[in-house]
Amino acid sequence: MTFINYASREINCKIVYYGPGLCGKTTNLQFIYDSTAAQAKGKLISLATETDRTLFFDFMPLELGTVRGFKTRFHLYTVPGQVFYEASRKLILKGVDGVVFVADSQEERMDANIESIFNLEENLRTYSYDLMKLPYVLQLNKRDLPSAIPAADLVSELRRKDEPVVEAVASTGVGVFDTLKAVAKQVLTELRKS
Amino acid sequence: MTNSSIVMRETRYHQIKAVLARLRLDSSARLVALVDKDGQQIAVHGELGDLDTTSLASLAAGNVAATGGMAKLIGEREFPTLSHEGEKESIHICVIGRVLLLVVFDDRSSLGLVKLRSKQISNELAATFAEIEEESNVAGISLPFSEITDEEIDSLFSYQ
Ligand SMILES: Nc1nc2c(ncn2[C@@H]2O[C@H](COP(=O)(O)OP(=O)(O)OP(=O)(O)O)[C@@H](O)[C@H]2O)c(=O)[nH]1
Ligand SMILES: [Mg+2]
Repeated sequence: MTFINYASREINCKIVYYGPGLCGKTTNLQFIYDSTAAQAKGKLISLATETDRTLFFDFMPLELGTVRGFKTRFHLYTVPGQVFYEASRKLILKGVDGVVFVADSQEERMDANIESIFNLEENLRTYSYDLMKLPYVLQLNKRDLPSAIPAADLVSELRRKDEPVVEAVASTGVGVFDTLKAVAKQVLTELRKS
Repeated sequence: MTNSSIVMRETRYHQIKAVLARLRLDSSARLVALVDKDGQQIAVHGELGDLDTTSLASLAAGNVAATGGMAKLIGEREFPTLSHEGEKESIHICVIGRVLLLVVFDDRSSLGLVKLRSKQISNELAATFAEIEEESNVAGISLPFSEITDEEIDSLFSYQ
């Protein structure tokens, strides 16, 4: 849910990174955090287990700049990918303005990708959101791994509509900002319509 | 958009800030904040210091979402208030419709007082916020973004 404050001249949007366990959602946020100037970002909050798996969410506020006198701020969240955190995963989607689906390119994670994308659609539906209408980007992550299957195969299996597809290596930052830009642009374009 | 955006006019903002200021005084609190259930900070008043209120807002919303989830599992609709008492600093959260009223207080106050005062103004805040929501839904208010150009959107990313 976009929040427009005329008094502080701010506009806040919520973006959620979704995807199966270990696909690299937290790594995306970590890279954005590490490569953003201090004045443009807040703290990166990670509610994680001892082994660095996301337990509830990661959160970081990111200020992109000013449009028409309004500061545009994006609140970036990741969900926990592990299947048994379903209840918390669903909570994070509430009020979302745009979703990034981070797919794991490794062959052995294909089933997990498919399961997670179905889970995303289902959870969106419980809030009466429709993936087909939501600002949405498909990121193909871990392109550097030898077991990565061809991008075309992932796309044919995972693409839902005409969403932008970005190939990425989140651990080195490849494609991370392109992904963010692709989703943020759709969110802002959506505002133009409303 | 997934659901209608909230648009807050300047007069409403100052109205809400005034209510928060009154609550802070009446409850001898350190800080009072109004936060959207999705984790966005709406207004804050009090001794901010270097407190990271953006993080506080998102964690408060996460906290309420998690306990709300537990409530549903045991057959409650939600837990309308949450309190966390520390050695010196404490937090009280009140769920008021789609917003959360957050009070941070220390030993200059007490949980009983904070609870009482929060409850006393929650109706007023609920009414004000309902009006804000109504105003947000009015068709035809001209948003600053209706004429935003592709170039303007691109320029936000020019540093990359
Ligand atoms: N080789 C390679 N490793 C990656 C890439 N992206 C992330 N990783 C690694 O994958 C592991 C898991 O990454 P996380 O970002 O924690 O995964 P996550 O999606 O947040 O996982 P959950 O929190 O359990 O849902 C880490 O060891 C990362 O360093 C990538 O593009 N290539
Ligand atoms: Mg994670």
